[in-house]
Amino acid sequence: MPQRTMVEALNHSLDESMGRDDSVCIMGEDVGINGGVFRVTKGLHEKYGDRRVMDTPLAECGIIGTAVGMAIHGLKPVTEIQFSGFSMQAFDQIEQNMARMRNRTQGRFPISMVMRAPFGGGIRAVEHHSESREAYWAHTPGLKVVIPSGPRNARALLNASIEDPDPVIFYEPKAVYRAFREDVPDEYETLPLGKANIVRPGSDLTVISYGAMMRVCNEAVDDLVDIHGVDVELIDLLSISPMDTATLAESVSRTGRCVIVHEGHQSCGIAAEIIARLNEHAFEYLCAPIRRVTCPDLPFPYFQTEKHFLPDADDVIAAVQETLAWE
Amino acid sequence: MDTTPIDLGSIDVLQVLDEHANVDASRDPNYERGQLVKMHRGLVLTRSFDQRMLTMQRQGEMGTFAPNLGQEACQLGQVIPLTADDWYSPSYRSFGAQLWRGWSIERLYKLWAGYHEGFPPPPDVNDLPFSIVIGSHVLPAVGIAMGMNYRSEPNCVVVNFGDGASSQGAVAEALNYAAVNTAPVVFVCENNGWAISTPLSKQSATNNLAVRGAGFGIPSIRVDGNDILAMTMAVDEAARRARAGEGPTFIEAVTFRMSLHTTADDPTVYREQELVDPWEARCPIVRFEHYLQRNGHLSQTEIARVHEECDAEVIAARDRFRADAVARPREIFDHIYGELPPELEAQKQAYLDRLDQKGVE
Repeated sequence: MPQRTMVEALNHSLDESMGRDDSVCIMGEDVGINGGVFRVTKGLHEKYGDRRVMDTPLAECGIIGTAVGMAIHGLKPVTEIQFSGFSMQAFDQIEQNMARMRNRTQGRFPISMVMRAPFGGGIRAVEHHSESREAYWAHTPGLKVVIPSGPRNARALLNASIEDPDPVIFYEPKAVYRAFREDVPDEYETLPLGKANIVRPGSDLTVISYGAMMRVCNEAVDDLVDIHGVDVELIDLLSISPMDTATLAESVSRTGRCVIVHEGHQSCGIAAEIIARLNEHAFEYLCAPIRRVTCPDLPFPYFQTEKHFLPDADDVIAAVQETLAWE
Repeated sequence: MDTTPIDLGSIDVLQVLDEHANVDASRDPNYERGQLVKMHRGLVLTRSFDQRMLTMQRQGEMGTFAPNLGQEACQLGQVIPLTADDWYSPSYRSFGAQLWRGWSIERLYKLWAGYHEGFPPPPDVNDLPFSIVIGSHVLPAVGIAMGMNYRSEPNCVVVNFGDGASSQGAVAEALNYAAVNTAPVVFVCENNGWAISTPLSKQSATNNLAVRGAGFGIPSIRVDGNDILAMTMAVDEAARRARAGEGPTFIEAVTFRMSLHTTADDPTVYREQELVDPWEARCPIVRFEHYLQRNGHLSQTEIARVHEECDAEVIAARDRFRADAVARPREIFDHIYGELPPELEAQKQAYLDRLDQKGVE
């Protein structure tokens, strides 16, 4: 089975999706001959031409707004926002049209499109290049929010997002883009949206995370299991919205303890929503307060400071140990 | 670099029928009688609808809405040249155009009275819904036109917005996307002089808005928006160009908001009646009726009958609306996603239980 990085796996997804369906097209800044600044669309312009791989003017609101129109006309645009921090320029079109058009038109104009964007820190970038603001979109009715953690699930989830009849915000953890390779089959593959993955079953405590923080959590869990003898259950959320509440609640009902880890800042974040849902569905099984390991409520700092700002494996281990010690 | 001075060219201004109903014979399109009579009826029906809506709003039967008194020719002229395969993207003051495109009067009543079922365009009408946020519909309209290019379809999109919308960044982006992509779209910028209380002079430092199009490399024209013949001709020509693959056109249609911004507005706070009075004489309907009478297409009596029939039509539609409009609170979860996610399914069940407890059907 071929080994691919996440960038190569995403490229494979776009290529096979365009090959399967002529209505799938790519729009974004520098996605054409340049192949995107991270090279996710590399080679696609050469293969599919100007018609299907469109370099747009430098205006993110325009990318999303025109893509909404193309989706109304029956196409399936896969848009690229160069960095998720630039999606703020498109906020009005995402909120006012992309997310609402199906509801506004009572189902006449569903918007089947994808907004891809690299997100998160860890690559020593300038301001506005490291945000994790997935909570904005998860808070917006009508959108789906999907965040892969590795090459294989990235490819399968992007395929599923392109097939999906509703608008999907697809946030790609750019710290993982070229971090490792894994087996990604040539054969077409999808994963269902709204389904979390139990990466490692365990009985002592549930760790829930997603995106680039899954690497941090994997490292922490390895130490917790091997060195500290803690049987951790690790869950990769994969879909932020819709969220697989059932899997989370079932897990925490077994373990009684939970730590949630994400890059997005703390207040009103995804962890807060998970805690609320676990209160609703698993309260009677809780043996300790649920802890969250997140970035503080600050703009992402300049990059000399980012390694201290982002949660690391030690932070996760400490939170797990505190949660286990609570009586 | 090339130091040749930049020639911005000139922008044409089109008027066929002036405010005294004098016709520029060299430009008269000489539409056949059937077409002219249909246009006249469309204008009158739009005004009848507008007046009935205002009455219904004042009587508490209608929500807030945006009257379009005096803008009827501008409205109709932008859709008369369209085919059913072309698309139209209205603004919220576009109900004359919506009626022409095939929206029923009852549907528009339902829309403005707050019933969900009034909002989507009728199934057989290629229109967008309008969006309340000013100018936010223009980019999707351009996207539809880009989709027509993608599929090599020989159709076009007309998108309507106002002088206020011309200040929105998203509208500037839309003009640029259309120009760069040679998208088959006709921008109709309906300059009625006012964005609620803000006059054009505070909206733009230019004395016309047609230059906005020219600045993006889009062929642009300024048209008398109260002249149904000029409006129809200008949009017809722009639509032909668009369908022929020649890209977008920007039309500034000059008209005047005779009435309120919306029924929640009181213009006496911010503008003097003296500014409004001159436009009474520029009424697009009176002007066109003079033309029709002079050319023997309609008599005074026939014109009066059209007014009576249109008034009766909007009242008959009102009665059907009253008999038919039902709020459907149980359906509000039906169109948010293709398939309702479990979390929303649970919320829906809790909401329906609440309705049951309150005895709401």
